[in-house]
Amino acid sequence: MSKLQEYEGPILEIDGLSISFFTRLREIPAVMDFSVEVQPGEAVGLVGESGCGKSTVALGVMQDLGVNGHIVGGTIKFKGRDLSEMSREELRDIRGNEIAMIYQEPMASLNPAMKVGKQLIEVPMIHEGIGEKEAWQRAMDVVRDVKLPDPERILKSYPHQLSGGQQQRIVIAMALMSKPSLLILDEPTTALDVTVEAAVVELVRDLGKKYGTSMLFISHNLGLVLETCDRICVMYSGEAVETGSIGDVFDRMQHPYTQALFRSIPLPGADKNARPLVAIPGNFPLPHERPPGCNFGPRCDYFEDGLCNSGTAIQMTEIEGDDRHFSRCLKFDSIDWNAPVAAAIQTQAVSKGEVVLKMDNLKKYYEVAANALFGAGGERKVVKANETLSFEARESETLAIVGESGCGKSTFAKVLMGLETATEGQITLDGNSIEQIPIEKRNTQTVADIQMVFQNPFDTLNPSMTVGRQIMRALEVFGQGESDEERHNEMMRLLDLVKLPREFAERMPRQLSGGQKQRVGIARAFAGGARIVVADEPVSALDVSVQAAVTDLLMEIQRAKKTTLLFISHDLSIVRYLSDRVMVMYLGHVVELGSTDQVFSPPYHPYTEALLSAVPIADTSVEKKHIVLEGDIPSAMNPPSGCPFQTRCRWKSEVPGALCEKEVPPMRELSNRHQIKCHLPEETLSLMEPVIKIAAE
Amino acid sequence: MGKFILRRVGVMLLTALCLTFGVFFLTNLYPNLEKLAKTQGNFRMSDEEVQTYLNNNGYLQPMVAKYGQWLGVLPGYVIEGTDGKVRAKCAERQQPVEEVDRYCGILQGNWGYSTVIKQPVAGIIVDKLALTGILMFWVMVLMVPAALVLGVMAGMREGSRLDRTLSTFSISTTATPEYVSGVLFIAVFASTAVGLKWFKGTATSAMDNVTFENFFLPVLTIAAYGMGYIARMTRASMAEVMTSQYIRTARLKGVSFYNIVVKHALRNALIAPFTVIMLQFPWLLNGVVIVETLFNYKGFGWALVLAAGNNDIELLLAISVISVLVVLITQLISDIGYVYLNPRISVT
Amino acid sequence: MNDSLGWGAITGHILYQFIPVFAALAITFALSIWYKRKLGLYGKLFDSNIGIIGLALVLFWLYTAFFAGVFDMIATHDALDQSASMKKKLPGTPYSKLIGTVDPNAGPYYLLGGDNLGRDVFSRMIAGSIKVILIAPFATVFAFMVGITLGLPAGYYGGRFDTMLSFISNLVLAFPVILLFYLLVTPEIVLTGIPVYMAAVLFIFPIIFLVILWNSRYRQQVRKRNIYVAITLIIGLWLYLGIAWDADPMGIVGFPPNLLVVFVSVVFVNSPTVFRIVRGLALDIKTRDYVAAAQTRGEGPWYIMLWEILPNARGPLLVDFCLRIGYTTILLGTLGFFGLGLESESADWGKMIIDGRKLLSANILHIAIPPALALLSLVLGLNFLADGLREESLRD
Repeated sequence: MSKLQEYEGPILEIDGLSISFFTRLREIPAVMDFSVEVQPGEAVGLVGESGCGKSTVALGVMQDLGVNGHIVGGTIKFKGRDLSEMSREELRDIRGNEIAMIYQEPMASLNPAMKVGKQLIEVPMIHEGIGEKEAWQRAMDVVRDVKLPDPERILKSYPHQLSGGQQQRIVIAMALMSKPSLLILDEPTTALDVTVEAAVVELVRDLGKKYGTSMLFISHNLGLVLETCDRICVMYSGEAVETGSIGDVFDRMQHPYTQALFRSIPLPGADKNARPLVAIPGNFPLPHERPPGCNFGPRCDYFEDGLCNSGTAIQMTEIEGDDRHFSRCLKFDSIDWNAPVAAAIQTQAVSKGEVVLKMDNLKKYYEVAANALFGAGGERKVVKANETLSFEARESETLAIVGESGCGKSTFAKVLMGLETATEGQITLDGNSIEQIPIEKRNTQTVADIQMVFQNPFDTLNPSMTVGRQIMRALEVFGQGESDEERHNEMMRLLDLVKLPREFAERMPRQLSGGQKQRVGIARAFAGGARIVVADEPVSALDVSVQAAVTDLLMEIQRAKKTTLLFISHDLSIVRYLSDRVMVMYLGHVVELGSTDQVFSPPYHPYTEALLSAVPIADTSVEKKHIVLEGDIPSAMNPPSGCPFQTRCRWKSEVPGALCEKEVPPMRELSNRHQIKCHLPEETLSLMEPVIKIAAE
Repeated sequence: MGKFILRRVGVMLLTALCLTFGVFFLTNLYPNLEKLAKTQGNFRMSDEEVQTYLNNNGYLQPMVAKYGQWLGVLPGYVIEGTDGKVRAKCAERQQPVEEVDRYCGILQGNWGYSTVIKQPVAGIIVDKLALTGILMFWVMVLMVPAALVLGVMAGMREGSRLDRTLSTFSISTTATPEYVSGVLFIAVFASTAVGLKWFKGTATSAMDNVTFENFFLPVLTIAAYGMGYIARMTRASMAEVMTSQYIRTARLKGVSFYNIVVKHALRNALIAPFTVIMLQFPWLLNGVVIVETLFNYKGFGWALVLAAGNNDIELLLAISVISVLVVLITQLISDIGYVYLNPRISVT
Repeated sequence: MNDSLGWGAITGHILYQFIPVFAALAITFALSIWYKRKLGLYGKLFDSNIGIIGLALVLFWLYTAFFAGVFDMIATHDALDQSASMKKKLPGTPYSKLIGTVDPNAGPYYLLGGDNLGRDVFSRMIAGSIKVILIAPFATVFAFMVGITLGLPAGYYGGRFDTMLSFISNLVLAFPVILLFYLLVTPEIVLTGIPVYMAAVLFIFPIIFLVILWNSRYRQQVRKRNIYVAITLIIGLWLYLGIAWDADPMGIVGFPPNLLVVFVSVVFVNSPTVFRIVRGLALDIKTRDYVAAAQTRGEGPWYIMLWEILPNARGPLLVDFCLRIGYTTILLGTLGFFGLGLESESADWGKMIIDGRKLLSANILHIAIPPALALLSLVLGLNFLADGLREESLRD
């Protein structure tokens, strides 16, 4: 059982690949006429929105399409051999040995009932027939390579005993056990926190170089692809629309979809008033409802009737002068790619009004059983979910609350909404304190004033009630309208407000796309004329092109209704784009608070600095300072002593006397309302350099 | 872990107390006592005679007092009857009243005296439990492996022809109660009408000597009903495991199908059915009662029918205590086993 | 005197008797398949073979009970009519009577033979279906009402209330069903009035359920709410008085006491399991965002439980409903098997099976086998139906 013979030429050659899934009703083409090649040592990024077929390509390479999926055309050649002509035994020899795969959910891809070590040593034992001892030794080496501390202990633990970041490293280690020539990564970091993601991405890149592995990197995130790959292939609705080197595609794109994609993501320099995002109009076509001709046609700014929808399949065309740069557009050489964005509507910044909401020293502690299964009656632990939160929010203001998992942003939202009551401190709404009033005791007006938009579009609507009825119900509860008829009319107006067709009132949530559901969620939140809206990661589960549209909608309604928006997010790009002020949270503490400009430029809190550096930015002209945090976010059940961030802080040595480990730093004001919770002396802070620099063009 | 077991045992005892009191309450309702008096005395007793009989034998004390005496936490009654005879709960046959123990409940190991079989309850229970134990043992031997194999085979390739066939089979067995399958089995395998006289239609002879011929049908009848259910659970659990990501990981690691099933899927897939098998006991108990009646096998279930039919209070109470304990202990085992099978739950 | 029928002729005669049932089945299936795309989950059932078979079996017995119970069709003889000359006679034996006159409307043959008292097995089997179809679904509905009304708050609130209810439900579940039946379903217990009290408790749940349902939905529209609540209370309490207390002021609604005890015990045995299922589902669904959304707009807990959680638990509940009717049918058979809660002569599948069992050793199969197969096919149908529903509701 050895590797295939050395082969000169591309590691992976996919040529004209078409994959379909067959259901009871019809054939659903998932991938059509897809071609890509991966050279030895090369990393190719596969980018597209959900449902564009990028994961199907990966599974096609693995020849693991399930019962319903079939390759209906084209070839996949690995080191010159056609994978679909291989026997089962041959395929088994290749899987894990020559081609390895890493998936999105690390927890789900490790066997919960098997120790990590056993899962690792299995790979070389199957493929190279080596003994258990030797395999164990190899596992130790690889685990050390993925920078996990104490390999011996890790190998002897069960997956659930490791943190998310550690699990993903184990998955990577497992993929590298047999030193494969091709590594397929399917959204390997989507389930991880930003700072952990940054470390994993760096690891993958370094190991790829060290082991000389070629990579196929699947992601929806252009920034990540920029950081990891040499070449990129953009997919839309089952087809590759543009492929080329990173430099060519990012800076000299030759397909309208690629251009639209870039225009819809908030890059540094975008601004909600001066340079708003441009959303891609319309919706992603369903696989069985693709338009004739160009799939992107109906949503394209350059659409030309009679040409783009003429019905014949459009072929990839090579762009002269670039390195293997192809585009699937009939008009690419007639489009002026450097023309400025025309469609965006610039708006005036709205002036901020009175303080509406004020938090003063808010604390929320939970008591939880120390042991979940045998709890109840056992020891109890106090989890400090929120520590001394203080801030103000004004009318028409957008306050962003930024932080990773466990930072306490959801708890804060719950207390504000009245689903929980505060342990200490005060929340005042128009001068009345509400922190101790649970929601059932609040009057209708207060409840209607503070509303929420939820994160997961697939979960935010009751699946067994029509869209219209759900909005009507909200109107009813908020005491809007005198009769059913009035409420019905009001509901229609709300649908107009969120730019949904009125017919949607009769639809069930499952007939709506993610973005549409999120719009309904927004309509529902504004049903009682909400003045404060808490948006909990409202767009993070949506596709890039839809994100822009939903964000813009939210901004538009905010401008019209003078709403105070509390925007909870972990995505600093979008925060920078839309917020007026930013509050950064870590393990229940507010570590930094200030206007967007203050927070995004030095001096930073060390955590903010790391967070900024961790966010991938899809812009080749941006230079980022490289800061990678060690380890994972500590558990809120068991926070470190002193400053919550001290375990991962790179500036810790600058503070004399191990103060960071002993005391929680006080909140102090640096300049005009810019607050920061850090022991670092003024001088050190002033030495900080900007993390993100835009290179002079 | 020790604390956990302790608490579970506490809950268990509370449950047992509540349930036995329930049984005690129902059996000691006046119409039941009246029936008892008439079966013990004669059926033409007048209402007054019934009253006297019951009063003389301590049946008319307050419910809680009687229950306490039965448990052995209250002293047994000593009643001077209207006929001048003094009767004591704790008196053995012909024992003078002065010498009897003060307490004689189950806590003292005194299970009472069966009014139907006319023997001490403890002895009956031991005999009957032994007989039923043999039956249950063979049921388990047949049912558990068959069900697991069936479930794993069906679940490892969900939607395949094999899966459909096996699933339909398991659904059919769960839909066939013992009294239907038993009758069908006897008709087909034990009567001359069909011509297959492979087995015996009764298991009376198995009480002395278990043979394949006299014991297979009752065992099969109970096993078949439970088997389908466990197989369905195993199948569902197996099918879910087989679609999980870590199985895909294993497949794409190049592990062979056999090893995927045996090494990667099985342990995860068996966690759920294990609990189910343990929780099957109350159900199996039903099957035992029906099958023992159907095949005339005089075990625990047969005694239950006899005791309940004749309102034999002490025998019935003993039977409920035993069956409730069996159920609760299996629940405890199932909980502990679950913790050991599932590495995700830490015990410390 | 006619000759005995052969097996072919017997089959022919039986099929002939069932013609109305087959006709009804054919019409139902034709209509359902024609409109299947508009019928939601029910329509999708026709895409699954096992679902079709299940539905056919269930509808077969439903229609049989309907035609036999309402129009007195299908059965050839009176289920209680004995004929000394027909004792233990084989299937297809011509009908005769030693004493008394032959009913001119009765069929000429005992299609499935006579039982040990000379009654027509075929007609008794048909009569047995009426009882099952009447009791099993309704008992299951009541068990669901109890289980839902208690399980939703137990799962939603958790805490002490949940601990207590879970303890009680485990108490009932730890009790061997047959022992419970032997203790509850006896004439002596009926005398004490305990079944009436149990019925009084168990049957109030549907009324509570509906009142809470309307109240939570129309809390903001007082007039509408009052109308719905009033209608529910008037009709509900009227039925309640009649069924549970046998005290209908108008004397229309009533429930024979020996049937009531059977009904109550079956509901009592089933409720804890339903409670557990509903509780589990509520625990799962309450973590969804739409529940949080309802909470943040200040909805009351009962609105959330009944209108946000319950509708989204309907899939698993529907599947369990079918399974549970089957289980209830088995329980009713068990009761009959032990001769509990029955008039001595009434036609009951379980009772017929145990009566026939005694004659199996004498090689007389035709008494026990027909009711056994009847019960088997109904329960099997319900199980298949549940499986079909589960499969189809999981798809897309």
